[in-house]
Formats: sequence, structure tokens, C-alpha cells
Amino acid sequence: MKNSRIDTRFGELKKEGRPALVTFVMGGDPDPETSLEILKGLPAAGADLIEIGMPFSDPMADGPAIQLAGQRALKAGQDMIKTLQMVREFRTGDNETPIVLMGYYNPIYIYGNERFLDDAKEAGIDGLIIVDLPPEADDELCKPAMAHGIHFIRLATPTTDDARLPRVLDNTSGFVYYVSITGITGAAAPDPAKVAASVSRIKQSTDLPVAVGFGVTNAEQAQTIGETADAVVVGSALVNAVAGSLTESGKGGPKTSEAVSALVRDLASGVRAAKRKSAA
Amino acid sequence: MSTVEPNSFRAGPDPEGHFGIFGGRYVAETLMPLILDLEKAYYEAKEDPEFKAELEHLNTHYSGRPSPLYFAEGLTKHLGGAKIYFKRDELNHTGSHKINNCLGQILLARKMGKTRIIAETGAGQHGVATATVAAKFGYPCVVYMGETDVERQSPNVFRMKLLGAEIVPVTSGAGTLKDAMNEALRDWVTNVEDTYYIIGTAAGPHPYPELVRDFQSVIGNEVRGQIMEAEGRLPDMLIAAVGGGSNAIGLFHPFLDEKDIQIVGVEAGGHGLDGDEHCASISAGKPGVLHGNRTFLLQDDDGQILEGHSISAGLDYPGIGPEHSWLKEAGRVDYVPIMDTEALEAFQLLCKVEGIIPALEPSHALAEVMKRAPKMGKDQIIVMNLCGRGDKDVFTVGKALGFEL
Repeated sequence: MKNSRIDTRFGELKKEGRPALVTFVMGGDPDPETSLEILKGLPAAGADLIEIGMPFSDPMADGPAIQLAGQRALKAGQDMIKTLQMVREFRTGDNETPIVLMGYYNPIYIYGNERFLDDAKEAGIDGLIIVDLPPEADDELCKPAMAHGIHFIRLATPTTDDARLPRVLDNTSGFVYYVSITGITGAAAPDPAKVAASVSRIKQSTDLPVAVGFGVTNAEQAQTIGETADAVVVGSALVNAVAGSLTESGKGGPKTSEAVSALVRDLASGVRAAKRKSAA
Repeated sequence: MSTVEPNSFRAGPDPEGHFGIFGGRYVAETLMPLILDLEKAYYEAKEDPEFKAELEHLNTHYSGRPSPLYFAEGLTKHLGGAKIYFKRDELNHTGSHKINNCLGQILLARKMGKTRIIAETGAGQHGVATATVAAKFGYPCVVYMGETDVERQSPNVFRMKLLGAEIVPVTSGAGTLKDAMNEALRDWVTNVEDTYYIIGTAAGPHPYPELVRDFQSVIGNEVRGQIMEAEGRLPDMLIAAVGGGSNAIGLFHPFLDEKDIQIVGVEAGGHGLDGDEHCASISAGKPGVLHGNRTFLLQDDDGQILEGHSISAGLDYPGIGPEHSWLKEAGRVDYVPIMDTEALEAFQLLCKVEGIIPALEPSHALAEVMKRAPKMGKDQIIVMNLCGRGDKDVFTVGKALGFEL
């Protein structure tokens, strides 16, 4: 894909010889203003790529942390228009950090697929991860997204066997997201040995970077996973940091974006340590 | 939407699970291989005479099929129009049509080598039917039920516990049926190796809408033989209540190509379609994607799914099976709303004139019968699916009528 921020960023990190830190935050959590502040703070804290969750009323693949984040965002009035606007505002100060929107299909479908892709491209969005659009539904959004110059990033899972893997990799670009457990977001930490074996299995079939997520909460895990994966995704832990910083009335407080940044700095030290080890 | 009438209304779904633009398989990748396995297992079972024979045996000796087709003489006289027949699926074991589907799916689970059963339930009828077949076949069973429903359907919660099921009250979202379904899907995604998910209605990712319809079609297939025996001809009209739509599709499907038969699905109109206190997905919703399929959904302008309302917990789902969405678009079936108050009147009338206490779900269908039968000729025939008995609803009805229980 031409002028892809995602490809550029992974190219730079390859030269640096370290994995990427991919941070997930829920768009509009806990409120639109605080969410934008959190977003703006991520690159300086060490996030290499940013995933923004599009809140949905029925997040079937998410655990309690991300469910609650979505509910907070919706309650504070977040919708697709605001999520896109948030990215536009972020882009006025940062035109390099790749941004991937993650979520479920229905809010996009209701916004209108073509209108969504036009607006997403114009807002500066680089990729999409849509949990409930498997390769069997590629004609709906995946192929149109590619035509708009937006990466469609697929999830591969422990149940994606060798026979199915090529189908999952087909039409995937940017990177492959390996879901390291069978389960929902924020569940048990993955077994590093199993993850390493799965990443090498996927890498035999693709040259794309492989990101690993689900269950990563701290710098040490980020380092361990980062020694075999090209990117480490952290979501529930960051969303929990938001939840833990709210005022008594459940609003975003002065400490909210700093709480997220602090955790991101810690995680960033983990992926940078992974670099030192692999370089040694 | 579709202007060319298809050769058959019974041909769907296509190989990708679509009924027109509806249906499909919108699930997380973790579940996708399992959904494909299920499809393969189901198509094998469908062609397997032993599978079919075992299901028939269970239907006959465990569930009590065929259920009678009963001429409701008292109601017919009272309404003074068309002859009204009830398909008495409320007489099945466990008290509703839900057992038809559960028996079929538990055999599939066994065939696939699964060792743990999960289900979602709203009113508790599907939960009870699932707990029943899990007990009979010796599987551990977990039923997800919205916290709100656990409170308002406590007799069914106790039944499920007696049958050995574990009940998990779901607190996420508003704690009703759609949230229970989300939580069941989360369990499935986590325990994908050993777990079989018995979905209770003709919705969800392909092949569920198809296989649930097929297992429920025993209703319509029996009606065909029974009405021929009773009347020597097919009925003029079929009426059934539609929540997710499994009892309705079970009655309708065998008759979809009989062009002279008018078919009516009755949705829960709650307090009326003007506000948001209803559950009429087709009458007041628009197409969207939820729980693995594209179908009519109650949702806002941002694609967020709304909570439905109905006096009947079994109709309290903001979506509908995808085949119904297609039948609506194709113009083959009419879908109409019935309000809570109309269903309550129908409930009471049936108790008085026929000595049958119906569930609140078929009471909605009955209210539509009460509107249509008087306008029809005495030589015309309506068949309505009396898909559940009302024992579970007496507390709800008592409360609505201001009666201290």
C-alpha cells in the first residue's frame, strides 16, 4: 500500500531491531475531552501504533474491562462521528503515528460503508480491525477498505489451523494480529512458549509483521512477548488505568491521561528491553 | 427490495448462509473454524438415516410428538368467523416448542464429540429445554440469563437448577436476553474446544438459523398432515408469534410455497411503536449486524443496539431470525405488532372460552387471530401455533391485572 504509515513505522522499527508497542484505548472513554488528551499523550509515552476502539453496545469478544470502557464512552455521548473527529484533531499534531480503528461491524454498517471509508481515510486512519468480519465476508468491507488505501488487519487465533491460515492471511495487510488465547480480551496471560511457536508458524506463511495481544499487562510480559513477536498489543490494562483514575462521580480527572501515559512508558521500556536482548 | 419473485421461498440459505442480504456468518475468527465444523456436522446428520430415526424416536417418546392440532370450537364461536385451529406445541415436554430444537442440537453436540453445553435464555423456556436435554444425555450445562430475567422468571430458574444446570446471571448491559447471548458467545470463544452452544432461536451465525428452522419444521410438517385429515384441505392463514422467530419459522416454512396461504408473524408491540418500549424489530427496526447475522434490529442512528420491551420475556429480543427479515423483504409474510394490553386480553379470553392458559408469547398471536378471524368467512381456516403454556406467566399476568399473588 502506498504511503502507508503502518508499513513505514514497522520498517523503522525493523532497522532499530525492536518490537512495536501497540496501545489500545477506547474512543471517548471516559469522555471525549479526556480521551483526546490520552490519545495525544500516547506517542510521547512510547506507543508506536495506536488502536482506537469504536464503542459498541454489544462487544461480544471483549472482557469486562473493555465492555465497561465502551459503556463509559457511550454514556458520555461518543459516536462514530466523534471518534473520527478525535482522529482528525490528533492528526493536526502527529502525522506519523499509525492509527487503527478497532471494533464491531454494525456501527460502520449503519454509518454506511463507503461514507465511513471516505471519512476514515480523510481523517487519517490507517487500518481497521473488525472483530466480527471474518475472511468469508471480505467483499463487505475488507476489499473496499483496501481500495481506499486503508489496511484491513486480520485476527489469527489458536483455532486458525494450517488449512485455514492462508484464507485468513489473504487480503490482510499492515500486520497480522495474533490473538494469543482462545478467549475474550483481558483474560489470562498467554503462555510465552506457545505464543512463540504460533508466531513462527504464522511467519512461515507471511512476510507481514505479527502483533500479539490479549492478556499482556506489564513491562515484563511485553518484553517476553516482544522477543518473538514484531509487536505487542496492550488494551485492557490501559483501559483499567483509565477506570482506576476516575473521580468519585466516575468522570475523567486530572490524573487520567497521566495514569495511562505512565503505564505506556513502563510497557515501552519492556519492548525496548526486548530489543537489547535480541540485539545482544 | 426484491422485485423478482423467487421460484421457491424454501430454497435458502445460500452456501454462505444468506437469505437475500440477511443471515451470514459475522463472528470472531476464534469461532469461525467451529462454525464451519458445525455446518459440516449438520449437513452430514441431515443425510444420516440413523440421526433422523433417533430424533424421531425422541420426539415421539420423550417429547410427546406429534402435538395435537386442536379445533378451538369455543373461540371460533366466540369470534364468529373463520375456523380456528391451534397447533398445541404447549403440550410438549417442558411446555413449549423449544424442546424440538434442543433435542436436535444435543444429538449434534454428541456427534461432534463435545462434552459441555451452554445456552442463553430470556424467559427461561429455552434454558429449561436445554437443561432438560443436557440432563438426559449427561452433559454439564451452563445457562446464561440476564439478571433482570433471573428475577422476573424465578420459577424457571429453579427448574433449571433442579435439572442440574448452572445458572449464570448476566449483569453486563441491561441484563436481558441480548446480554445473555453476548455472555454465552464469550463463554464459547473461551471454551471452544469442548463446548457446544445450543442457540435457542432461528438466529445467530449460519448454520444456526437453518438448523433451528429445520428442527422446528416438525411443527409445520405435522400440521400439513393433521389439517388434511381434519378438513381435507390446507388452511387459509397461518399465524404465529415472533421473537427470534423459531416457532414461527417452524410453522411457516413447510407452507411458504403454498401461495394461497396467507402467513402472519406477530411481533411484540409493547407499549406501542411510537416510543421505544417495544420489541418490534421488523415493524420498527432496520437491518444491521448482531450476534453473527444481518437482520432487522432495534438500534439507534449510531448502530448501537437498543433494549426492547415486552410483557413477554420470550419476545424481548431486539433482533429477529434472518429468514424472517428476508420473508418480510420478499413480501411473503406479513409482520404486525400486538401491544402488551392486547396480548393480556387474549390471554384471559383463551382461559375463559377454551380452558387453556397460554404463554404470553402465543397470546400475541392469539390477539391477531382475534382481529382477523371475525372478518373472515366461516368456511375459512386459521392455524395458530400455540407454542407455549402459560404457567410461567401467571405471576406476570397477575401483577399486570393488579392481582395479589
